[in-house]
Amino acid sequence: METTALLRQLSEAVGPPGYEAPVAELIERLWRPYVDELRRDPLGNLIARRRGSGAEPRPVLLLAAHMDEIALLVSGYAEAYGHGYLRIEPIGGIDRRVLLGQRVWVHPRDGEPLPGLIATPPPHILSQSERKKVPPWDHLFIDPGLPIEQLEARVRIGDPITFRADYLELKNRRVAGKAFDNRVSVAVVTLALAALLERTHAWDIVAVATVQEEVGLYGATTAAYGVAPTAAVALDGTFARQHDVGEDEAVALDGGPAIGVGPNFHPYLVDRLKEVAEHHEIAHQIEAIPRGSGTDAWAIQVSREGIPTALLSVPMRYMHQPVELLSLRDVERAARLLTEFIADLRADERPVWEDEHGS
Amino acid sequence: MDREALSERLLRFSDIRAASGAEKAMRRELRRMLADKVELRTDALGNLIARQPAEGRPRLRVMVDAHMDEVSLMVVGHAADGTLLIGGVGGFDARLLPGLSVVVGEGEAALPGVIGIKPIHLADDWKSATPMRRLRVDIGAGKKDEAQRLAPLGTRIYFPTRSERMGARLTGKAFDDRVGCTILATLLLEGPWPVELYGLFSAQEEVGARGAQVAAQTLQPDVAFVLEGTIADDLPREEERSPTTIVGRGPALSIFDRRAATPAPLLRFAIEVAEAGGIPFQLKRPQASGTNASRIHSAGIGIPTLTISMPSRYIHSPVALVDPDDLLHTYRLMASILRVITPAVVQP
Repeated sequence: METTALLRQLSEAVGPPGYEAPVAELIERLWRPYVDELRRDPLGNLIARRRGSGAEPRPVLLLAAHMDEIALLVSGYAEAYGHGYLRIEPIGGIDRRVLLGQRVWVHPRDGEPLPGLIATPPPHILSQSERKKVPPWDHLFIDPGLPIEQLEARVRIGDPITFRADYLELKNRRVAGKAFDNRVSVAVVTLALAALLERTHAWDIVAVATVQEEVGLYGATTAAYGVAPTAAVALDGTFARQHDVGEDEAVALDGGPAIGVGPNFHPYLVDRLKEVAEHHEIAHQIEAIPRGSGTDAWAIQVSREGIPTALLSVPMRYMHQPVELLSLRDVERAARLLTEFIADLRADERPVWEDEHGS
Repeated sequence: MDREALSERLLRFSDIRAASGAEKAMRRELRRMLADKVELRTDALGNLIARQPAEGRPRLRVMVDAHMDEVSLMVVGHAADGTLLIGGVGGFDARLLPGLSVVVGEGEAALPGVIGIKPIHLADDWKSATPMRRLRVDIGAGKKDEAQRLAPLGTRIYFPTRSERMGARLTGKAFDDRVGCTILATLLLEGPWPVELYGLFSAQEEVGARGAQVAAQTLQPDVAFVLEGTIADDLPREEERSPTTIVGRGPALSIFDRRAATPAPLLRFAIEVAEAGGIPFQLKRPQASGTNASRIHSAGIGIPTLTISMPSRYIHSPVALVDPDDLLHTYRLMASILRVITPAVVQP
């Protein structure tokens, strides 16, 4: 499967937190050929199992990639001169600095999506200081170009709104678009599942496209509980260096997937990932995460009796903007590393602490 | 002339990329449309000037202006990481650019790019607009020399928007002033009129009305009309305040903007024509913005000039919005004016 075509489909799909059904349907179609079972849990997580070759009961590796995207929500109506506007609120970590000039889709509960524009009063009617400030929420609207009566008839309070951003192929196999956080990880898992068709692996692989990561890691919380895996790898995007973000804050774009190191991650899994990457000469980098990773890994680690967890991240510029940018090479390297890691797990292998060896 | 034909023409013009001083793509399109119908020439500034003799004995020499150029950006430098430093060609809302995608260059060589900023998670200040000097365009180049080769200094950068119908309206880039170009091209196609008509498709409005100045000095018409896209600030507000213009209420007649006053008899005439034809119109709130009228009205010994504008929300953005009815009513008003204008209107 061509990486760019896969990522394009996933980027363009719709899935605000709590409204993941459209993207979940796409992922279900993508994963179906590669897995033995597919189900949804009560929160909406899409859970796919690919059985391993080892004797039962087999250990289980959970792969968690969240499928939700940051979005907006209709919070009210406004009217001026007969024209209708929607008031908006954020769902997840929306960046108000990047809203102006954007096109969006409003998703009514029933009926076709409605196109709209992000609207705010123009600079000439603002004070000098307001002109240099990011507009506050009460100065931001959606303008769908409709009279107020028609708008009220078609859109309800609570309807979600997503960005309508083109998927762009830039130079050097770099691409830009919306919702790469975290559809890129769904792409990585998809590529790995496809590669595993040709491989044998001892462990069961349970791939989960999780819901509601952007609003509190809720999908990962219930998925980890429900699957009760032996170990887990969460996948996400992480900050790549860019013109205003340096080495102290970010990993290198095109430097390969980042393996998280820190209290959120079990050292055994970290070492195994590094070992596999080195053995197969897959470019990778280490991302030091001193506290909470802010990813599904954070929720999974403390599920049930505790689950050994690792984090594999694709470097990404301009995170949470409709122009998230990444390198397709990093996506393919992440998929390869994940595939080799899975194929390398032995049936009797379990994550252990260094001081437990030989005991 | 109907609303649909005007809308289609505007949507086509909107997608054309023509920056100040680099208007050739608009000239090419206009030549293609108009070459069989009127006499055309390009002057030293890049203005495209159409001349259409009168039907019968000309009553007056009338110039109608619409500018071809749109606000754009320019590559002014290359950073070590392969990103592009940018400058504005024309005025930008300082809050607009972060998070947008752009097109770098023209024609076959055009490249997609994005304007990303420091992620909100890492930013210290997420309440201030990021000044243009701190923005970069990322085309995916990995190094400075690659960026220099792909997008040399001076390369123009455009909004990539494809225009479309949305709800009851039209959205796209460059409606300022492709709305004017739409009306003017249509007037020339529908002519001749009882006046000798000069259609001025002007260059370099966005950097100081420089094309119009030169054309007005050269043509010295008896009267001039400037067709513009202007600010519609008709959004919901906490306090009641008279907006500059309102979308859907018809063409806006300028009484007095920041740089030109309309002669009272000319304004009165335009209002009478609109009222006689049952054409909706509005008066643009005085003291707001400026147009090519600023240079035309004071060219040579002076030229009586009226600006007629179509209200455009989110002007100078990738997604401006206009009402197709405003387009139709502007066309009807301008056509009626050309039909009935007499020398008496502009005599001192």
